[in-house]
Amino acid sequence: MRWRYFKEALFFGLVRLSALIIAGALGGLLFYIVWHGIGAISWDFLTLPPVDSMTKGGIMPAILGTLYLTIGAIVIALPLGIMSAIYLTEYAKQGPAMRVIRIGVNCLAGVPSIVFGLFGLGLFVVFLQFGSCILSGALTLGILILPTIIGASEEALKSVPQTFREASLALGVSKWQTIYRIVLPSALPGILTGSILGIGRAAGETAPIMFTAAAFYTARLPSSIFDEVMALPFHIYVLATAGTHIEATRPIQYGTVLVLVGLVLGVDLIAIIIRSTLRKRKRW
Amino acid sequence: MTRKLKEIIIKRIFFLFACVSILILALIVTFLFREGIPIFRMVSVRDFLFGSEWYPTFDPPAFGIWPLIVGSFIVTFFSTMIAVPLGVLSAVYISEIAPRPIKEILKPVIELLAGIPSVVLGFFGMVVLAPWLQDTFDLPTGLNIVNASLMLALMAVPTISSISEDALYAVPREFKEASYALGATKSETILKVIIPSALSGISTAVILGMARAIGETMVVLMVAGGAAAIPESLFDSVRPMPASIAAEMGEAPFRSEHYYALFATGIVLFLLTLAFNLIADYVANKFKEVGSGTL
Repeated sequence: MRWRYFKEALFFGLVRLSALIIAGALGGLLFYIVWHGIGAISWDFLTLPPVDSMTKGGIMPAILGTLYLTIGAIVIALPLGIMSAIYLTEYAKQGPAMRVIRIGVNCLAGVPSIVFGLFGLGLFVVFLQFGSCILSGALTLGILILPTIIGASEEALKSVPQTFREASLALGVSKWQTIYRIVLPSALPGILTGSILGIGRAAGETAPIMFTAAAFYTARLPSSIFDEVMALPFHIYVLATAGTHIEATRPIQYGTVLVLVGLVLGVDLIAIIIRSTLRKRKRW
Repeated sequence: MTRKLKEIIIKRIFFLFACVSILILALIVTFLFREGIPIFRMVSVRDFLFGSEWYPTFDPPAFGIWPLIVGSFIVTFFSTMIAVPLGVLSAVYISEIAPRPIKEILKPVIELLAGIPSVVLGFFGMVVLAPWLQDTFDLPTGLNIVNASLMLALMAVPTISSISEDALYAVPREFKEASYALGATKSETILKVIIPSALSGISTAVILGMARAIGETMVVLMVAGGAAAIPESLFDSVRPMPASIAAEMGEAPFRSEHYYALFATGIVLFLLTLAFNLIADYVANKFKEVGSGTL
């Protein structure tokens, strides 16, 4: 009997410990980044371009580049993702076609980010001759976050009660009008919050933009979607591994990490908060 | 009639959009092969996969990616060893044990952990973990298998935890109640009833976590050390496939043998993760959790 109590305590201890380790890892990581990065953050750091071969100055072009790439990615992925999700939840019947599409979405979600980079290089940069530029990078990132958007949209569409659809159809409204006027407006907040998580993902990815959009350093800001850009994640990688003054630029590196993490986790956190209030405040 | 026709057309349009994912997968395959296959005019598939020397810039160059494949599998294996217990046990904690307020905090925490950009974890591994490992174990370098596995585990934990949690949550109440009624303790119920019932979901979680680890680029690029050799100890450096592609593509001359070889490495990586995902899909569907209806 004693042994049984001991086992019980041991198991519960391990379970609690693992949850604690995970929370501790996130907490420790964030604390470390803020602790070391906050000193580098200033108005100049956020608004000036790098100077003296990137050993001084700010990171404004990288912030701007990440913004452009992310906006481009979401503009591409959002309509595609919502349309796919509408088909999967509203039209598709269980069967082989649906199964194939489902497997396709799952497999796309599992493609390694570096493979997306190679694909973007092969298709957009080389074959379509866009070159390494905002357009190529945004298209690559858009494809990368497509499964995230589809998943979020599906969840939101599924949470719209079936009775809404039935009530509309019973009034003689066509299926498309029902979707367009009833289902989509009810699901839209959920779709958008889910999509914000996609934004976070697109902003933080490095490997897909390495060969498709990101530049070491650009002397001027991009003037069209066919220009190369600097981007926050790539900037971190470059400063931390390829610079000639790796140790001397540590403060800039920490500062850039803090800005990127703040941006990505800030966006994620907003999505999580809106989602939880939406769930609590459901009208149905 | 026109209304009906319109509806049919709209349905078709949505169907086309739903097929975009499939189309993209097909395009990925097409373009990886288009840029990767030419290497096999130079080296045989066998020599490419199992050749033990990766000297792409030497004269004559050697394109054997076996050390890269081994590197990928080693870091994936060890990160899975770390991430599975952490991920599954934390899922148990969230779904079975945690009081509601803690649960409401812990779930977003795991989601945020999943959101941390991989380059940031790579950076952390480089500037914090590497020097610490080097000093503590008196190593020539802290950029090695241990470091990469630990950081990769951090990336895989959220995937494993959240999918496992869904699986545990789906286990019918009746199973638990029946177990308690027989006098089982809570831990016995979890270990012998709930986890086995959720096993297919947990397996899916583990496979997807492994797929995430094997395909992850920035962490292994920054902290695995980059030695393209078969490692002899846990503190040796390795050069997993994604790291090799990311590090060398910038320098490989356009459409040179080296460039083709890197794309071919991408094909291997893509096929591996595809296999992982198809297995996960198969497991998830084949061994669906038994519902209370089957009691």
